[in-house]
Amino acid sequence: MKKKLDVVGKARRRVDARAKVTGALRYADDLFMPRMLYAKLLRSPHPHAVIEKIDAEKARRHPGVHLVLTGKDFPVPFGIMPVSVDEYPLAPERVRYVGDPVAAVIAVDEQTAVEAIALIEVRYRILKPIESPEAGLNNPEPRIHDYGEQGNIHRNQSYEFGKTEEALKSSDLVFEDLFFYEGNTHLPMEQQASLAFVDPEGRLQISSSTQNPHYLHRQLARVLQIAETRIRVVATPNGGAFGGKCDPGGHEFVVSKAALVLGRPVKIGLTREEVFYVHRGRHPVLMKMKTGVTKDGKLTGMHLQTLLDGGGYGSHGPASTFYTGVLTPVTYHYPRFKFEACRVFTNKPACGPKRGHGTPQPRFGQEVQLDKIAGKLGMDPAELRLKNLTKADSLTASWLRVGSTGLGDCITKVTEMSGWKQRRGKLGRGRGLGLACSTYMCGAGVAIYWNKMPHSGVQVLLDRSGGVIVYCGATEIGQGSDDVLAAIVAETLGVDTGVVRVVSGDTGITPVDLGSYSSRVTIMAGNAAVQAAERLRVQIAAVVSETLGTLPDRVVFSQGRVFAADHSGPGMSFVEAVAAAESQLGTLSAVGSYSPPKAPGKYKGAGVGPSPAYSFSSCVVEVEVDERTGWIHVPKIWIAHDIGRALNPTLARGQVIGGVYMGLGEALMEEQSFRRLPEKLSGALVHRAPSMLDYKSLTSLDMPDVEVALIEDPDPNCPYGAKEVGQGPLLPVMPALANAIYDAVGVRIDEIPITPDKVLRALESESKRVGPQSFPSVPYPEPMFVLPPWEGGDGKETKRDASAAVV
Amino acid sequence: MGEKFRCGLTVNGERAEALVLSYKTLLEALREDFGLTGTKHGCELGECGACTVLLDGEPVLSCLVLALECEGRAVQTIEGLARGPELHPLQAAFADFGGSQCGYCTPGVIMTAKALLEKNPNPTRQQIKEATAGNLCRCTGYNQIVESIEDAAAKLRAEAK
Repeated sequence: MKKKLDVVGKARRRVDARAKVTGALRYADDLFMPRMLYAKLLRSPHPHAVIEKIDAEKARRHPGVHLVLTGKDFPVPFGIMPVSVDEYPLAPERVRYVGDPVAAVIAVDEQTAVEAIALIEVRYRILKPIESPEAGLNNPEPRIHDYGEQGNIHRNQSYEFGKTEEALKSSDLVFEDLFFYEGNTHLPMEQQASLAFVDPEGRLQISSSTQNPHYLHRQLARVLQIAETRIRVVATPNGGAFGGKCDPGGHEFVVSKAALVLGRPVKIGLTREEVFYVHRGRHPVLMKMKTGVTKDGKLTGMHLQTLLDGGGYGSHGPASTFYTGVLTPVTYHYPRFKFEACRVFTNKPACGPKRGHGTPQPRFGQEVQLDKIAGKLGMDPAELRLKNLTKADSLTASWLRVGSTGLGDCITKVTEMSGWKQRRGKLGRGRGLGLACSTYMCGAGVAIYWNKMPHSGVQVLLDRSGGVIVYCGATEIGQGSDDVLAAIVAETLGVDTGVVRVVSGDTGITPVDLGSYSSRVTIMAGNAAVQAAERLRVQIAAVVSETLGTLPDRVVFSQGRVFAADHSGPGMSFVEAVAAAESQLGTLSAVGSYSPPKAPGKYKGAGVGPSPAYSFSSCVVEVEVDERTGWIHVPKIWIAHDIGRALNPTLARGQVIGGVYMGLGEALMEEQSFRRLPEKLSGALVHRAPSMLDYKSLTSLDMPDVEVALIEDPDPNCPYGAKEVGQGPLLPVMPALANAIYDAVGVRIDEIPITPDKVLRALESESKRVGPQSFPSVPYPEPMFVLPPWEGGDGKETKRDASAAVV
Repeated sequence: MGEKFRCGLTVNGERAEALVLSYKTLLEALREDFGLTGTKHGCELGECGACTVLLDGEPVLSCLVLALECEGRAVQTIEGLARGPELHPLQAAFADFGGSQCGYCTPGVIMTAKALLEKNPNPTRQQIKEATAGNLCRCTGYNQIVESIEDAAAKLRAEAK
């Protein structure tokens, strides 16, 4: 029975707030156990080398040392994606970046372990390091890995949805631009930590700061060669993650193995410097974007080429490679679309998924190029975008189904809020406004490993006191997933979140949820929670309807009461209803699960990009640029985010502002960059800034006020209509800043970050532009050709000749 | 493994003692020897502010102070802030206004804010931003931290009347 919402949509203290503000919450490194030992890793000082010999005898004899592990102890490799199982907990014979772990010491305390790793002697044979994707393309040898497409190319792919070159040729105008987006890292406040021990039944347990306990569970079983039933992974509350705790880490296998060997608890806490080496952050991406448009501003097609600097390992790279293109046609209608992408191995920390995973880079290029197109056509950039929006429930040329979309409303709202029409171009020299838009998935349509099982499972257990326990494998990484689960179950059962206890992220006791990545938890775990709670509501309603003198589907659960929809009687309390149901049915519990809908695309590779729903955002950034110093000041940002429905507006707003913050940091200063040591100091390729002081991020003084509008039009595929908000709002900020700088001082900075020196260089240059000058020759394969839906395609690969001429 | 020394502190108003290795920082001693894990480490180099505690009422980065230097001094940590079962107004505001997301920077920010409000009960937004500029937060974008501190300041001023 439908009712007005009691919990959903109301600003509320999150369920884990008290534990956080009192310091009571236990993160992984806050765990201590009797007889606990400490682990430290020895990491490679060379970016590329063969390990010829490891002599650990002195370390083993060091007082207080219990165990030394090397690559020999881990013969089985791991990898988050089945197509890139290329990493060992400790490198057995080859190191591929400065920081690659080669040995571990487990000792009585941390200091002893630190002393002992210094006693390990490793003889390396140094190999030529591959410093960049261009170098990787030019130097097939030495190969960083003996798998991949060829030479040092990890992934190489090409797709064409309709004859794109033809579409571009017949356009009134074609714009060709190059963009570069530098890599950056997650920088979660909490450094990774793990504690492993053998439980009283002899089974391995690891408590770890991981976003994905289920995937870690599977990889532990693989690497340690023990049954999954003998392993329990507890994801401790993460002190921020942003994608940086998605991959299993070498340290997690090391403490697990050591705990099994020694029979004692073993803990590790990475230092901040090590967190920079573990990385898995934003890929540096070079882009070439060719877009056709008619004189009146209709997009005709896009040809997008990307080149990714992958770093030393596969990580999520195969997915990241896809994501540098697949979501590009979701915001605007491109009748034809061609996308080529290549990921190259380099001798740097592996890149992987960071908030927005692979999509901020092409979004930056796309949205800056649209600004250039609008300028050339003499159109308002907002109007150009409104003219080309994808329609609700439509398909893209690449066969992604766009469900609900509030992008038009977002643009209208954000231009109103910022006074766009009245103020843009009229703020005077040095001041400007820029606009950009974006979209993001509400969960990836396929799991990381192929299987037909649900993506999320939830169990709800009721006790006779009226308490509700929600079990789900989803992981609380700070985003509020526990609160989402509590709110949804509380709403469905008509109780207060205060009677709900959420048990999450524990492979020993919670149903599988794939993890806290791809903005999937609200939608997938949320839908599973709705299903479980509704099943319980149905059970209870069937029992109490007779007492209430109504039909089961006319029973309402609201605010701790259960009553007939027509208010024909006094009803009963939720506790009384639960007691009545338990008396008749026995212990009350129900499970729910969720699998996303099948994707419409049928071609190989069509599995990356589909999602049950997409969120949309539009952002306006205001800037003040000092033309003498290049200094960029951002006084204000406005953003509208199509969230479907805000489950808890306080948290939703927090996610939006947090996303804007991280996007602005990337736009202005965050860089995971590298430099060469002088030859006399080995000439190694090292991290430029593996510390929080040198890796610049915004402080409270740098952060502007952000005005947020939540656009709420409930999405039918989402629980209570709620779409994602964790990643989308980051994405439009970088291009909006670049466009604002153009509005302010008339220069184009076609690369991220946009720093004062680049602004000055652009001001002084003839082209009034700073950005990449050329795109290397990349041996992309022959594209897989797929006809767009409106050209008679069926979603499968087809022969190019079968396609019609431009329509 | 080194020699341990007796370290006596007044922690959250109570006299406490532990045997502490000489090289341990106040942060390490609080977490490992005094059992107070509410104070967090984010860098151990004085860069992030997560480990902020009050030493004789002044905010310090506990990762940059040796525990044995603090002999006889008063240390306030996040654990000592609540008034019995009641949250301190700063804690309540951070909980209600979204000032805490992942929560890892929260103890350090709240202790910094407490020191600010003791000196300046009615700070401007700019003064709040300046006082907390040494506390990095990767989740909130700071807006809601500033709002939380403003709310707590108003409540504390009302209490003082």
